[in-house]
Amino acid sequence: MSFLSSYIHYIGCFSLILIGLYVVLVKPNLIKVIIGINLMGTGVNLFLVTVGYIHAGTAPIFSEAAQQPEGMVDPVPQALVLTAIVIGVAVLALALSLAIRVYDHYGTLDLRKIKALRW
Amino acid sequence: MIVFQTFLVLVMIVAALAAARFGDLLDAVIACALVSLMASIIFYFLQAPDVAMAEASIGAGLTTAIFIFAINRSIRYEENEKTD
Amino acid sequence: MRRLISLLLLLIVALGIFLCFSGASFGAEGASRAGKLTEDKVNFGRRYASRGLEENKAGNIVASVVVNYRGFDTLGEVTVLFIAAVGLAAILHARREEATPSKAEPASLIVFTGCRFLFPLILLLGAYIFIHGHLTPGGGFQGGAVVASGFLLIYLGCRGRGLRSAGVAVAESLSGLAFLAVALVGLAVGGSFLLNFLPKGSAFALFSGGVIPLIYVAIGFKVGSELGGIIDNLSGEAR
Repeated sequence: MSFLSSYIHYIGCFSLILIGLYVVLVKPNLIKVIIGINLMGTGVNLFLVTVGYIHAGTAPIFSEAAQQPEGMVDPVPQALVLTAIVIGVAVLALALSLAIRVYDHYGTLDLRKIKALRW
Repeated sequence: MIVFQTFLVLVMIVAALAAARFGDLLDAVIACALVSLMASIIFYFLQAPDVAMAEASIGAGLTTAIFIFAINRSIRYEENEKTD
Repeated sequence: MRRLISLLLLLIVALGIFLCFSGASFGAEGASRAGKLTEDKVNFGRRYASRGLEENKAGNIVASVVVNYRGFDTLGEVTVLFIAAVGLAAILHARREEATPSKAEPASLIVFTGCRFLFPLILLLGAYIFIHGHLTPGGGFQGGAVVASGFLLIYLGCRGRGLRSAGVAVAESLSGLAFLAVALVGLAVGGSFLLNFLPKGSAFALFSGGVIPLIYVAIGFKVGSELGGIIDNLSGEAR
């Protein structure tokens, strides 16, 4: 149980990163590749927030009732992840628009059939 | 509480594997939304309510819609030839 | 072959990750980390958490970090968002000219009316989230995303009604300019970019936190209009 409680979040985020990397490397379909990038982004965000966590910590928000900063989790990774999520969706939309243009031009999304991209 | 979080992480990993596995891109996108939803609940348990709100509204909502618009303008099924 | 090479690479990456993080344990703050990083100069998170309330009078420390302490990062982030939206519009522009009339059948009356009824409520929720960003969880980014999901509902439910108007462009540019203007006024008044120059008020009141609510409202408009524009550009008809 102590193994679970100290490592399960790391296991989750690194599994997401590795699965996303596998999809990016292996799958030939462009939209599938973008799905892999999305999975990797979620894993990295989860990792950053996990690093900032403290045992039995409280959320970094003060209220009238709770005004002492002891035991508060680290607010900096949360702020970074907050902006990273919004950037992620914008970049994702840009990548998908490129995929749409590729489909218009070549009539397929399969990277093996697009001659200019074959390896 | 750690048991519930373990359950969430396991569901998230299974959904990610499903997103990698499905040949129907629409199914893969829905699995991706499930990953984001589970990640959002985990963010809440990690005491990050701001990030949980952002992930739930953007990751599980808008990202899915954008993917579905893109699939609508291209093709739905992955071509299923054997690699190599 | 390709799959084999990829699996090998994945194995190497996984091994590297395992070797790097096998010593790190989850949530360790008390002994191992805080022992080395007790000084506020080193541990930024501790410093922001302990001093943020009295310096900015904003209850939400994450909002304080996003808008004030790390406000320059947020300005760059908004710029990235803008460039991505402009790039998407430019890439998809050629399709727009040969736009065919809509093939999809219109939604039923119940869906149409329900969407029109829900749309202002969603906008109200988004505005609530970003106006109260310095007090409660939430803020400009989350509120902007909620506003954009309201536009998404209009696209899905009421065909033919969109936001292809000049209003979105005006809101987008004005909110970006408002962010820059507030930051530059801080530079002119107190000598540093994004200085919190307004009177801060008392903590936990709506009018508190100096410039933080202003900038968060600007970010909310910006994110909402950018994401709405992205949805507008992507949701064309299929061929």
